[in-house]
Amino acid sequence: MAYNTIIEDGIDILVVGAGLGGTGAAWEARFWGQKKKIVIAEKANIDRSGAVAQGLYAINCYMGTRWGENNPEDHVRYARIDLMGLVREDLLFDMARHVDSTVHQFEEWGLPIMKDPKTGRYLREGRWQIMIHGESYKPIVAEAAKISADKVFNRICVTHLLMDESKPNRVAGAVGFNVRTGNYHVFKSKTVICGAGGASNIFKPRSTGEGAGRTWYAPWSSASAYGLMINCGAKMTQMENRIVLARFKDGYGPVGAYFLHLKTYTQNGLGEEYESRWFPELQKMVGKEYLDPEVSHLTHRPIPTCLRNHALISELAAGRGPIHMVTMQAFQDPHLEEVGWENFLGMTVGQAVLWAATDVNPKNENPELTTSEPYVMGSHATCSGAWCSGPEDVSPPDYFWGYNRMTTVEGLFGAGDAVGGTPHAFSSGSFTEGRLAAKAACKYIDDGKAEGIVVSGEQIERRRKEIYKPLEHHTVYRNAVVAGSVNPHYINPQQGLDRLQKLMDEYCGGYTVGYMTNEKLLNICLKKLKIMEEDLESLAAKDIHELLRAWELKHRHRAAECVTQHTLFRKETRWPGYYYRGDAMKVDDANWHVLTVSRRDPQTGEYTMEKAPCYHLVSSGE
Amino acid sequence: MPTFVYMTRCDGCGHCVDICPSDIMHIDPTYRRAYNIEPNMCWECYSCVKACPQHAIDVRGYADFAPLGHSVRVDRDERKGTIAWRIKFRDGTEKNFLSPITTKPWGTAIPKLADVPAPSNEMRAGQLLYNEPKYIRLDEGGLRTLKDAGLELKKGVYY
Repeated sequence: MAYNTIIEDGIDILVVGAGLGGTGAAWEARFWGQKKKIVIAEKANIDRSGAVAQGLYAINCYMGTRWGENNPEDHVRYARIDLMGLVREDLLFDMARHVDSTVHQFEEWGLPIMKDPKTGRYLREGRWQIMIHGESYKPIVAEAAKISADKVFNRICVTHLLMDESKPNRVAGAVGFNVRTGNYHVFKSKTVICGAGGASNIFKPRSTGEGAGRTWYAPWSSASAYGLMINCGAKMTQMENRIVLARFKDGYGPVGAYFLHLKTYTQNGLGEEYESRWFPELQKMVGKEYLDPEVSHLTHRPIPTCLRNHALISELAAGRGPIHMVTMQAFQDPHLEEVGWENFLGMTVGQAVLWAATDVNPKNENPELTTSEPYVMGSHATCSGAWCSGPEDVSPPDYFWGYNRMTTVEGLFGAGDAVGGTPHAFSSGSFTEGRLAAKAACKYIDDGKAEGIVVSGEQIERRRKEIYKPLEHHTVYRNAVVAGSVNPHYINPQQGLDRLQKLMDEYCGGYTVGYMTNEKLLNICLKKLKIMEEDLESLAAKDIHELLRAWELKHRHRAAECVTQHTLFRKETRWPGYYYRGDAMKVDDANWHVLTVSRRDPQTGEYTMEKAPCYHLVSSGE
Repeated sequence: MPTFVYMTRCDGCGHCVDICPSDIMHIDPTYRRAYNIEPNMCWECYSCVKACPQHAIDVRGYADFAPLGHSVRVDRDERKGTIAWRIKFRDGTEKNFLSPITTKPWGTAIPKLADVPAPSNEMRAGQLLYNEPKYIRLDEGGLRTLKDAGLELKKGVYY
């Protein structure tokens, strides 16, 4: 294999993964480090990469403090109740107090934000959401990142982070390969901001065959944020908090604008309202503190997303499906009908295709809703990610170790899906987190924390061998069989992905088992994942494209293992509707009103689990 | 709806290969034209469809749940700053939509932060980001603190 080694040296800020978090980091880093070397390594093309590649029709996190609409602490309280009490309120408050400045910049850069013709304010879809024509959201923020960065390396699959050999637990850059040329790329950097993505496709998708790509979260969100950070020993938090989405069936088209702006609502197959009938029983399970429909009705406190999922799942299991979204009334209004369609075209074109294919006109019939397979990510109504420091003026000592958004690995920062404990950041909040991480990373360098980093040739060579191993394995063993994909010496990435999805689905609470798991099942899951890890050493890639899939699979596998460890650790059912611990079917605030934190020892592969205290915003002196 | 490429329209320019977030649009070595090498990793994001100068790329709904006989076509015009969609149902119904994609000419509205005045040491030591506090509320208001909000962070079980 004649692949070249290309070394990019002397980097100050390396941004790994340039979705909304990464572009925010690259953009802002230039302000705080005008003479610093800022480099982006992106798996695809920065103009259309990450979860927002397709565009968005709404910005789901905007306070509107300029019009007195909300204060940052209001958003914290919203995220807290939606996630059943467990979030990082310091990080959330910090994100929320900065996010409006991000959105105002976007508007200045050309992002079309819709306005309320009466008030002149941004057009609200809901309390936190504003409506945009966001087809080019990603190209616009990419332009900002490109203006700030010294170099953008597109099509680099980053496989590992480099570690300093002079000081333990300090990051030193990253390595990966170019998915076009196959060349080996080494980035030596004083800091790394991980803006890589969360995880689709670690649980078996509901779609089959060709449709497997129609996941809710992008199929290229390959858990690299977690794979990279767990593997270098960063602590992770709330990895058990996977998310299940109630969406339009098969296409996973978004429902936010439908519920909030179009005022559509759901009913069961008999045309009945069904949510409230499940609430009394559910209240016994989670407690009145988390579910009180009367209070919700009076105060507009939202009913947690997972609990609404629970009602939908239970109603289907009771045999009163399908669940319908009642669109027929709203769609009689031509303006609302247009919004309904443009909403899909702006961010989930596949749902429009499906309705066209099946002649679904929501004006004449109510489309079906269902729940998705689980996803692991950190910026929607869920908060898996790295355990990061908060800002010094907000965070208590338990949550603060010097630099905002820095993980427990020195010099390694996170943004977007990579940061744990910050749900409901969405696109604007992820970009804002990138900006916060960039400022802190510059300060870390200016404080002299990145001096004397050593990366040996041995480390670089070791990673090189590891990266190309699946290609070599294929070359060595492909001729052991006549032809075809069945080979006793290896599995290919698709076969490995199928195995991962099946075992996660059946043992860790996927959709085919009604999102149910328990201690015994989770232990079996871990055992199977361990054996799978051995088989991943026999992964074969027939070309560079398959090598990309091989490394995506390895990242997904590591994330799945961490998810399983966390799910096993938390002995309660905190989020009914996301998953159930059959052996502990209650919210247990006495023992589990805590954040779960894990660390995988990179040398031994052993996990250490701990409970971290949960801090809440309360009135001073309370 | 995975993408596919019309043989007679594709000239093998590779724009789709360059843009695909999933790395699944490749050039066929025999025909020297693009095709989707891995439909089950296609998110139907339309990035390649929008990027194709020949309008050679289209989508056919996922075979496992979408019947044949539909189309969703798009024309993204960077110069005009618009995107036009045409949806054709299986039963022949048509719907057309037109939306803006930007309000500014490309490459003109984003400042170069390398050239703006450098932040002061006070700003470096504090919590403000670029353009803050001005851009937070677009008035004289500052960055919100816990003290402003009359709040503190307390360990324990609070709702």
